Amino acid sequence: MEGRPLKQALARAQSRAKRRALLLVVPLLLFIVVTFVAPIGQMLLRSVHNDAFARNMPNVGAWFAENDGAPTEDAFAALVADLRLARENRTAGEVGTRINYELGGTRSLFTSGARGADDLEPPFATSLVEDDAKWADPQLWQVMRTASSAYTASFYLAALDLTRDGDGNIVRVPEGRAVYLALFAKTFALSALITAICLLLGYPVAHLLATLPLAKSNLLMILVLLPFWTSLLVRTTSWMVLLQEQGVINNTLVATGITDTRLPMIYNQTGTVIAMVHILLPFMILPLYSVMRPIRPHYVRAARSLGATSWTAFRRVYLPQTVPGIGAGALLVFILAVGYYITPALVGGASGQLISNLIAYHMQDSLNWSMAAALAAILLAAVLLLYWLYDRLIGIDNMKLG
Amino acid sequence: MKKLLVLTAALMAPAAHADVTFLGWGGAYGRAQTEAHLKPFTEATGIRTVMTDTDNPAAPVKAMVEANNVTANLVSLEQADVIRLCDEGLLEEIDPASLAPAPDGTPAADDFLPGALTDCGVATDVWATVFAYDDSRFPDAKPTTIADFFDLEKFPGKRGIRKGAKTTLEMALMADGVPASEVYDMLETPEGIDRAFAKLDTIKSEVVWWEAGAQPPQLLADGEVVMSTVYNGRIFAAAMNENKPFVTVWDGMQYEFEVYAIPKGAPDLDDAMQFLSWSTETQNLANLTKYISYGPTRKSTAAVKKTWEDGTTDMEAHLPTSPQNMTNSLETSFEFWVDYDSELNERFNAWLAS
Repeated sequence: MEGRPLKQALARAQSRAKRRALLLVVPLLLFIVVTFVAPIGQMLLRSVHNDAFARNMPNVGAWFAENDGAPTEDAFAALVADLRLARENRTAGEVGTRINYELGGTRSLFTSGARGADDLEPPFATSLVEDDAKWADPQLWQVMRTASSAYTASFYLAALDLTRDGDGNIVRVPEGRAVYLALFAKTFALSALITAICLLLGYPVAHLLATLPLAKSNLLMILVLLPFWTSLLVRTTSWMVLLQEQGVINNTLVATGITDTRLPMIYNQTGTVIAMVHILLPFMILPLYSVMRPIRPHYVRAARSLGATSWTAFRRVYLPQTVPGIGAGALLVFILAVGYYITPALVGGASGQLISNLIAYHMQDSLNWSMAAALAAILLAAVLLLYWLYDRLIGIDNMKLG
Repeated sequence: MKKLLVLTAALMAPAAHADVTFLGWGGAYGRAQTEAHLKPFTEATGIRTVMTDTDNPAAPVKAMVEANNVTANLVSLEQADVIRLCDEGLLEEIDPASLAPAPDGTPAADDFLPGALTDCGVATDVWATVFAYDDSRFPDAKPTTIADFFDLEKFPGKRGIRKGAKTTLEMALMADGVPASEVYDMLETPEGIDRAFAKLDTIKSEVVWWEAGAQPPQLLADGEVVMSTVYNGRIFAAAMNENKPFVTVWDGMQYEFEVYAIPKGAPDLDDAMQFLSWSTETQNLANLTKYISYGPTRKSTAAVKKTWEDGTTDMEAHLPTSPQNMTNSLETSFEFWVDYDSELNERFNAWLAS
């Protein structure tokens, strides 16, 4: 220690310890970066970045950069030069696909335009439009203008049922094409409903588990966990067998004469709610149980002995102590429900679809990954917002996951 | 998975020393191609063949050509992929004159169905989206036309339809009395789209939407629906192999081509061309129907007797290409759907949710 101040020596020793501690978490950190941060970051990037048009159509991109307003002969000449380039590099399909995302019926305009571009004579403003009148559409030029920048907000606009008109103003899409806002609302409403049902069903079960003697509660616990360990697909398919029109429940109802008409309980919203409540119930019961178990029965007994009715004792003494469990369970179930995909796809029919099913559609069928990314990013933002609200209202420190 | 398959294809080809390396779809369809084309071709010519299964051969073709390491020289593709890959310069062009003429001497270009020959591909067979009903649910009058599918008064009960705009909108318009030849022109106009959705509105409450091809036979078997749109090969297999009372209605059916093509820069190009020409001869095309109920694409196959594997079932009544099944039919337009897929599916999804 000679000559070195104590403060410095301490800081050095501490920094060494800190480094060692950091080394310990490096593998986990790397794992999180590689499997979590990088893919989500890439996805978020995709929602604002699509350079299929900008990369392959340099001339018309340069014209857009220098000029505002309606296309001139120069603009058409640049477009024709780009179409020739696209034919040479065979990129017309890629370019057309990008424009087609925002304006239907244009992919073939670009592929056939590229095919015939070599035969066009100036003035191109007339010859190209003679070839196909769609080339004069101001909305097409508006879409090309936005697409000529690799970074764009148009996927977010589309995900919020907005679009740009021929003058570049942001307007609502026509009635019949608005899908996403309503579906977001439905997703959150259904998730809230599912969370509420899970709480109503899970609370008494968790209470029973927490108050029974250990031997009995363990047995019951296995009954809660058993479905939890069963494959999701098996459970969903079992609900199909039970709920379908010629299924077990309907057959029983009709055979016992309770009803004549078979109830539609699956391939609709009802089916989605029933199957998802069943699948998500353990996520509610487990945190509740872990909070209820250490609550000592003396408190309620004391309240009763002081004259409280059983309802008051429950409401004023027992319930407040379980709030951390309710918060954890509700948050867990809600967040899982918001992103649920496979169950609504299988039992949801037309009315029981959630926003995640449309994200899957854009990933797998329409191959519009930018759109899928924008929808997913909005969903993520909405969940984070709710999480923040929860933190403000109840406090995240109050949550107990198990 | 796809990468793995490409890798397998790359590794297998030199090991097998095949002269025709075929990328197929596996399953019943791959088996049909092996039995009807690959094996007999080797017997007839001595040229070795090997079949490689993939999820969808279009993906490995793109990977092989772009990596400049083409190991397969024949692929089985959907028409939509052939046109797309051809647009991108990934397939060899095929001259119709190099194909065998019909037995009566008609040149191939005139013998194939319209649309079956494209710049880069030769269609070998046709599959169709049809509708089928459970015979036991309609003891009296039976549905016979596409309009009956939408007639809830005459034929009450749930209907299965594939969840998606493609084929559904066309079907609605045809059921509303639009001639097949005008369907796509009409769908390009807002009024046409409104008309299709208005027709779908009439049965919306009674529809069970399906997504995977295996679902409709199951929905019919469970009694969950009384009739459903379905792929013709699936419903035929269910009726044959499981003895189900399912009846196919061909009126208003929509068909698509399955195509043989050659990747750009394929090895042993002559062998591949010989295989292509041989397997698309009239008799050899017709032989495919012994193993799968997809229709051959040459008009001259009409004169050839086509029998199912069991040796007794005449296939004529079960093929999408049989003249009596084609009277009111529509070829699915690839061009239309690449243009309007996102727009119409958005509208379709909005309609479903409303």
